[in-house]
Amino acid sequence: MTKRKMLAGPYLVWAAGFIILPLFMILLYGFTSEDGGFTFSNIAAIADPIHLSALGQSIVIAAGSTVISLLVSYPLAYILSKRTSGKTSTVIMMFILPMWINFMLRVLALQMILANTGILNGILGFFGLEPLHILYSRKAILIGMTYDYLPFMILPLYNAMCKIDRDLVDAAADLGAGRFIIFSKVILPLSMPGVISGIIMVFIPSISEFAIADILGGSKILLIGNVIEQEFNLTNNWNLGSGLSLVLMLFIFGSMAVMNKTDADQEGQLLW
Amino acid sequence: MQAKELIHLENISKSFDGELVLDELDLTIRENEFLTLLGPSGCGKSTTLRILGGFILPDKGRVIFDGQDITNTPPNKRNLNTVFQKYSLFPHMNVEDNIAFGLRIAGKSDAYIKDKIKYALKLVNLDGFEKRSPLLLSGGQQQRIAIARAIVNEPRVLLLDEPLGALDLKLRQDMQYELIRLKNELGITFVYVTHDQEEALTMSDTVVVMNQGYIQQMGTPEDIYNEPENAFVADFIGDSNIIDGIMIRDRKVEILGVTFDCVDTGFGEYKPVDVVIRPEDVVLLDPGKGSMDGVVSHIIFKGVHYEMEVTAGGFDWLVQSTVGHPVGTPVGIWVDPYNIQIMNKPESDDEKAVGVEE
Repeated sequence: MTKRKMLAGPYLVWAAGFIILPLFMILLYGFTSEDGGFTFSNIAAIADPIHLSALGQSIVIAAGSTVISLLVSYPLAYILSKRTSGKTSTVIMMFILPMWINFMLRVLALQMILANTGILNGILGFFGLEPLHILYSRKAILIGMTYDYLPFMILPLYNAMCKIDRDLVDAAADLGAGRFIIFSKVILPLSMPGVISGIIMVFIPSISEFAIADILGGSKILLIGNVIEQEFNLTNNWNLGSGLSLVLMLFIFGSMAVMNKTDADQEGQLLW
Repeated sequence: MQAKELIHLENISKSFDGELVLDELDLTIRENEFLTLLGPSGCGKSTTLRILGGFILPDKGRVIFDGQDITNTPPNKRNLNTVFQKYSLFPHMNVEDNIAFGLRIAGKSDAYIKDKIKYALKLVNLDGFEKRSPLLLSGGQQQRIAIARAIVNEPRVLLLDEPLGALDLKLRQDMQYELIRLKNELGITFVYVTHDQEEALTMSDTVVVMNQGYIQQMGTPEDIYNEPENAFVADFIGDSNIIDGIMIRDRKVEILGVTFDCVDTGFGEYKPVDVVIRPEDVVLLDPGKGSMDGVVSHIIFKGVHYEMEVTAGGFDWLVQSTVGHPVGTPVGIWVDPYNIQIMNKPESDDEKAVGVEE
C-alpha cells in the first residue's frame, strides 16, 4: 500500500463503521422477525393503513415544503445572481445565518411564534385581527420544514445561476430574444441543475423528518418519520422500524432516479 | 468612390466606475466595409462594439444606423448580430437549435428555417452537424457555428468580438481567409475587434487603431502600416522581437543570459522587463564580434530585404537585413543601445501579445 492510499485509511474505517455497518444492520433487522427468522412482513407492513397514510402525509408535506421553497428561492436567487455588488453576500448570509443556530432551538422558537397565545397572534391581536390557529396542524409542520430547509434550496439555485455565462444572455438578446424568451429558453433550462439539486436537498430531509412534526404538529399528525422513530424508541420493535426505513429509503432512491434522469449535468448526484 | 455611410457613432463617451473608456469617439462605418477596431486591451475597442450591439448604453453621444438614432434601442431590436469572443453557443441546445434560435423568434416557417440552417452550415463548411452538441465541437467548429447562428438572421452588420482569439495559430490563419470569403459572399458590413495587428492588416478594408479611448489612426491597412501617424501606431503595427529580460541596473539589461548596453534608466535593479528590438535593428556580424552568437535557422526573401530567423541564446530572433545569410551560417548579433527598448512587464496577456508601450 502506498502512502497516498494509507491516507484514505481513516475514511475507510469511518465509512465501514458508520455507514456500511449501520446499513447492513438495518437490512438484517428489516428482513428478520423478532425471533431471528427471515421474513418479508416488516417490509410488507407499509401496506398497513396507518403506515400508508403516514407515508402519504410525509410525501404531501415534503412535496409542499419543496415547492414553496422553490417558489420563494428561485426569484431571489435569480435577482441575487444578476448583481455583482457586495450586498449580495450579505443577503445570502441572512438566509444562511439561521442554520448556525441549533435546529431544535429554531423549531422551538417557531412553536412559540405560532402558538395560539404566541407572538404571531399577539401581533395580529394588536392590530385587532382574529387570531390564527396554526400550531399543531399540518400548516405548522409545513411552515417549519420550509423555514428550516429554505437555505438548502437557495444555495444550489444561486450557484447554478451564477454559473450561467452573461454572454449567453447577451447572445440571446442579440438574436432577438426579449426578456421572456431569454428567461424561458436560456435562464430556466440552464438553471435546472440547481433546481434539481435544490429539490433533492429539501425533499430528502423533509420526507424523513419527525422532530418538526413532533414539536409543531403536537403528535397529532403522524409522518412516516414519526412511525419509524416510535418503533425504535417506544415500541422497541427494531425489526419493523428497519423494515419501514428500508421502504422509505427505496422510495427516496426511486425519486432520485427519476430526478437524475432529467438532470443533464448530473450535479444532483453529488449530493447522495 | 466612397460607399454609403451605414453607421455613425457620434461623439460617444463612456466611463466605467469613473474611468473614462471612450472619450468623444466619432466613427463612421460604411456599407459593405470590413472595418477593424485594433488596439491593446482597455483601449475601448470592445466597449465600442458592445455599444454598437446595444449591450452598453453610452453616457454621451448617439448611435446612428442607416439614418436612424438607435442609441437606446435594445439589442433584440437591432438589425445587427454579434459573434461573441467565447462563442457563447447555448450549451443546452444542439447545433441546429442554436442556429434556429433567432429565426424561431422571428417567426419564420419550419421549411425556411431548415433551408437556412443547411445554407449556413454549408457556408461555414460544417454540413451535417445539425444534431451535434456544441459542447463536443472543437473551438474552431464552435466559432463557425457562432458565425452561422449570427448570419442566418441576415443582419446588415456582423459584429465580431475577437472571434479568433481562442484559436491556435494555424486555425486562426485559416479562419482569416474564411472570414474574408464569407464577407464577400454575404456582401454585408463586418465590424471586427482584435488586438492582433496581423489579423487587422490581413482582413480589413479599414483599420481603426485605438488607444485609451481615442482613435489614434484610421485608414487602409497600407496607410496604417506605411504611414503611422504617431509613435503609438508605429509601435503597435509591425514586427518586433519581444524578449524577456532583466534590468540589472540603469543602462544595463540582461537578455538571454547576455548583458546588453541600453539607454533606459529608472527601472530599478534586477527587475524583469520586456525588451523590444525591431527586426531591422538587429545587426548581424561575424561570429564572436557581436554581443552573442547564433545560427541562421530560416531565411525568406521579402523584396526590399531578407527576413531571417537567427537562433541565439535559445530565442528565435527575427532579423531584417538587406544582406542575406544561408541557413546554418554562424553569426554574431549586435544591437545599438539606442535601438533597445525596455518596457515594464505588461499587466495583461493582451498587451503582451502585441508588445504595447505604456
